[in-house]
Amino acid sequence: MLNIAHHTFKSRLLLGTGKYPSFEIQKQAVEVSEAEILTFAVRRMNIFEDGQPNFLEQLDLNKYTLLPNTAGAKTAEEAVRIAKLAHASGLCDMIKVEVIGDDRTLLPDPIETLRASEMLLNEGFIVLPYTSDDVVLAKRLEDLGVHAIMPGASPIGSGKGIINPLNLKFIIEQSKVPVIVDAGIGSPKDVAYAMELGADGVLLNTAVSGAKDPIKMAEAVKYAIEAGRLGYEAGRIEEKDYAVASSPVTGMVGS
Amino acid sequence: MNIQLNGKLVELPKETDSVEELLKHYNLQNRIAVVEVNKEIVKKEDYQNKSLANGDVIEIIHFVGGG
Repeated sequence: MLNIAHHTFKSRLLLGTGKYPSFEIQKQAVEVSEAEILTFAVRRMNIFEDGQPNFLEQLDLNKYTLLPNTAGAKTAEEAVRIAKLAHASGLCDMIKVEVIGDDRTLLPDPIETLRASEMLLNEGFIVLPYTSDDVVLAKRLEDLGVHAIMPGASPIGSGKGIINPLNLKFIIEQSKVPVIVDAGIGSPKDVAYAMELGADGVLLNTAVSGAKDPIKMAEAVKYAIEAGRLGYEAGRIEEKDYAVASSPVTGMVGS
Repeated sequence: MNIQLNGKLVELPKETDSVEELLKHYNLQNRIAVVEVNKEIVKKEDYQNKSLANGDVIEIIHFVGGG
């Protein structure tokens, strides 16, 4: 079970809803992933063109918990404005704080992320900041009272996977709130790795939506979440530099 | 009446003088949307009473796919 504030989830997978080839494929991918938390962005409605289908309006909202993000914000104030707009929909009480500090790497601005988190906590939001893998920043965010920490594995959409597992491990070990590895996940291997490190969940989007077969990949990451979590709970063996035989070293068949 | 709607200057018919009428005008009354008038969010229960004025800056926003 994944517990975030008053919410409880069976699935530890958080799925983004951007850039799928079609709504039909997206619906099936979401379904087979068994994710219960879906992220969305907040944008102007395209009201001057008719018949713009909207994925959210086709969802059974009783089945899913919405996690809107503040993507597009470059300052804490912009993030708060977006969060309030999202909240005014009456459909959600959680917010993914996403304040980008650099357009090329899309890495989060640590100072604005911290400020936005503080402001949103004061407004009563359930706050899940997308942050870098900086261990001290994660601690500072937790000290503010955020409800989960979401460190990036590598830059958004890069598919590079976990580039600093040590930092993620430190963040996971020190945090008393859930740690959800967010951004940069490329494949099921990265998902399993994050979960084996002890992450409470993984948030991904492009790894599924950009896969050759998003529906099959959605299923694959679902299993990777489960495999990685079980592996973490089971407790892996220690790494050694030299071989240790698995078969008995006595009673060899004579020549 | 002239307003700025989602970044575009538009002229509204005279009878479109509230948020509720504005949403009807664009056939959005059944959509999942949030309305902001001059950077202030309008609550759903206030749609009928919130009147619009010439020069208002209005944003109608919704949720789109994102990560």
